[in-house]
Amino acid sequence: MIIIFTQLGVATRTSFAKLGRGTFFLIQTLAGIASVLARPRLLSKQLYSVGVLSFLIITISGLFVGMVLALQGYYTLSDFGAEEALGQMIATSLVRELGPVVAALLFAGRAGSALTAEIGLMKATEQLSGMEMMAIDPINRIVSPRFLAGFISMPLLAALFSSIGIVGGHVVGVGVLGVDDGAYWTQMQSNLDFYDDIVNGFIKSVVFGFVITWIALFEGYDTLPTSEGISRATTRTVVNSAFTILGLDFILTALMFGDL
Amino acid sequence: MQHNTTQDTLVGLFVASGIGALFFMAMQISNLGTFNAKDNYTISADFENSGGLKVKSPVVIGGVKIGRVTDISLDKKNFRSVVKMSIDPQYNALPEDTTASIFTAGLLGEQYVSLEPGGSDTPLKNNSKVEITQSAIVLEELIGQFLFKDKDPDKK
Repeated sequence: MIIIFTQLGVATRTSFAKLGRGTFFLIQTLAGIASVLARPRLLSKQLYSVGVLSFLIITISGLFVGMVLALQGYYTLSDFGAEEALGQMIATSLVRELGPVVAALLFAGRAGSALTAEIGLMKATEQLSGMEMMAIDPINRIVSPRFLAGFISMPLLAALFSSIGIVGGHVVGVGVLGVDDGAYWTQMQSNLDFYDDIVNGFIKSVVFGFVITWIALFEGYDTLPTSEGISRATTRTVVNSAFTILGLDFILTALMFGDL
Repeated sequence: MQHNTTQDTLVGLFVASGIGALFFMAMQISNLGTFNAKDNYTISADFENSGGLKVKSPVVIGGVKIGRVTDISLDKKNFRSVVKMSIDPQYNALPEDTTASIFTAGLLGEQYVSLEPGGSDTPLKNNSKVEITQSAIVLEELIGQFLFKDKDPDKK
């Protein structure tokens, strides 16, 4: 019986200790951003591996998500004779929800796991300690550029996802299903507000970018320096990012679009 | 540190396409390209009942959308609903005796404000009030009147 309480206590303490380390790590990373801005080439390299290499998966997924939305939406809307509202439906769901959330989930899988594995391996092979021996702060040199790159890339990727999804919806809705071209765009324009829909969707993607990169980098930095530790840390990055994205999405949606 | 030009170009293209996508969303998808909320011409109207009218509902004249509803509130003194409308400044010469009515687009569609220009030569000033109004038609009231009109005790 006592063992259960002991284990519960240990688990609670470990998770709080981890949260504490994570917060401390985040503060150090944010403080290191100033030194990244002094050397933009470090950032450029990370923007390539985090952003450019995620470009293809994001755009192709966006295209197909938009096409599926057009097909599914068309069947439901045509029951009510409201096919004209297809553009509005696709744009609202992409810009408000699917763009930021699906792009963030893909980003966590594609870029987040790579960041964790890379930093975890650097720790396991003692490259990080080596840097400290050479009086180079690994946070400034390794972590902060990656953090900034993830933070910049994620909103851009989400915007690309939504835009290409809307174009994909246009291809299927107007090209294949025969919705009127003018109605597709005008319904969208008259029902989407710049501040309410697009800016709020953008804020969501900024928050997701911040959180995913933080989780990914911290899991890599905090990993057990063994092969098993790295594999677990990578898994944890994807799982925890997915939970956090969906949980935060609910909170942000309630704050932005709900009448709370 | 080696300089990799291809990589720099790809990063530049990526950032440019991301910003391009944001710009596309702002101009092509939202109302920002078509409707500028700043130097608009604002008028208001008192209605007995504003029905299902919402903020951002369209304001039309003869089927052409010229503005949006910006605010709906209740007048504390006479308990009428005050609807503020922001009108595209190019239509700032509406006649003084314009009528405002609330209509429904289709049987179950959204409600909108329809303005009917009168014949007066004096234009309606900015922030002024439309005096002649017609309330929203509430479907439930109509159905109620229709259902219960034969059961009226006075007629029996």
